[in-house]
Amino acid sequence: MNIDKKITDDLVANDISFVTTVPCKQLAGVIAEIDEREGIYHIPSNKEDEGMGLCAGAWMGGKRPAIIMQNTAIGVTINTLATLIQYYRMPLPMLISYRGELREPIACQVEMAVHTKALLAQLNIPTYHFHHKSDVEELDAILKYTFMCNKPVAILTDANFWGGYGDQ
Amino acid sequence: MIRSEILKEIAPILRDQLVVCNIGIPSQELHAIDDQPSNFYMLGTMGLASSIGLGLALSQPKPVIVIDGDGSVLTNLGTLPTIANNVADNYILLIVDNGSYGSTGDQPTYAGQKTSLAKMAEAAGCDRVIECQAEDTGRVVQEALEARKMTIIVAKCQSGNAKMPPITMDPVVIRDRFMKAVQA
Repeated sequence: MNIDKKITDDLVANDISFVTTVPCKQLAGVIAEIDEREGIYHIPSNKEDEGMGLCAGAWMGGKRPAIIMQNTAIGVTINTLATLIQYYRMPLPMLISYRGELREPIACQVEMAVHTKALLAQLNIPTYHFHHKSDVEELDAILKYTFMCNKPVAILTDANFWGGYGDQ
Repeated sequence: MIRSEILKEIAPILRDQLVVCNIGIPSQELHAIDDQPSNFYMLGTMGLASSIGLGLALSQPKPVIVIDGDGSVLTNLGTLPTIANNVADNYILLIVDNGSYGSTGDQPTYAGQKTSLAKMAEAAGCDRVIECQAEDTGRVVQEALEARKMTIIVAKCQSGNAKMPPITMDPVVIRDRFMKAVQA
């Protein structure tokens, strides 16, 4: 199974047609895949809070959005999540590269990893953690859940899920 | 002229358009001057009006006018390259540039000093950037609507706020009636 293709297929199947991204090495494949799909408008953003603003506008304009970013972005976007996405009750699937978990080679990434789930829990954001490749099977249901409840929902995808950093 | 006088003057132009309005006193002023379901008032999240408006303009065909401020654009400067590289000809960004952070006590911004937001927008790649004096804002906005070209307007005006009450409407109500206006 090609994870990048599977994720993109699920986005398309759930009518997600507006995707903003701030890149991460782990997400490079899925971003490239999204770029190739005609049914998805891919709009790279310069910062994740900007991206959430774009997604909020797209949703009010009638498109289903998604944001793809690193977990460090949780530190950047707390105000936007609380006072825009949650306050106005908007759906936002967040596909998040969960850096600083097992098999992480860069020590500094751990410093935000240890806060990631606590911050998401503090914000009452439904959070799913993909650790094994097969966890991707839940993505379709998570996307449906997100647009059912009109909430931001976090999908944390760690290095083990993506197959490591070439260490195995 | 101060911002509220510009808003009063352009209210008849804004009335029939989708408007995304910046957080704080700008939204309070627009709400008090001419509340419309087609106005999206930001109650939080400084800096994102231009981004919300761009996402909206790229997702549906109606014209979108964003009323932003110099301070808010400075907060989210990354928005200018994103706007320039994702052209939506139904998008008008009106930056009311009074050289100050109006909602927090009129502290000066850099836009009122050496920094030119119009030149920054041009450097970011925006093709149609117009800097005007406050008195000409209505004409420039009307021309931008007729041109049907993505336009960044920097309207230079004086610092100062009108005394208006806070918006007490529930955010979900603001959003729901706005979405109905988008679909109408």
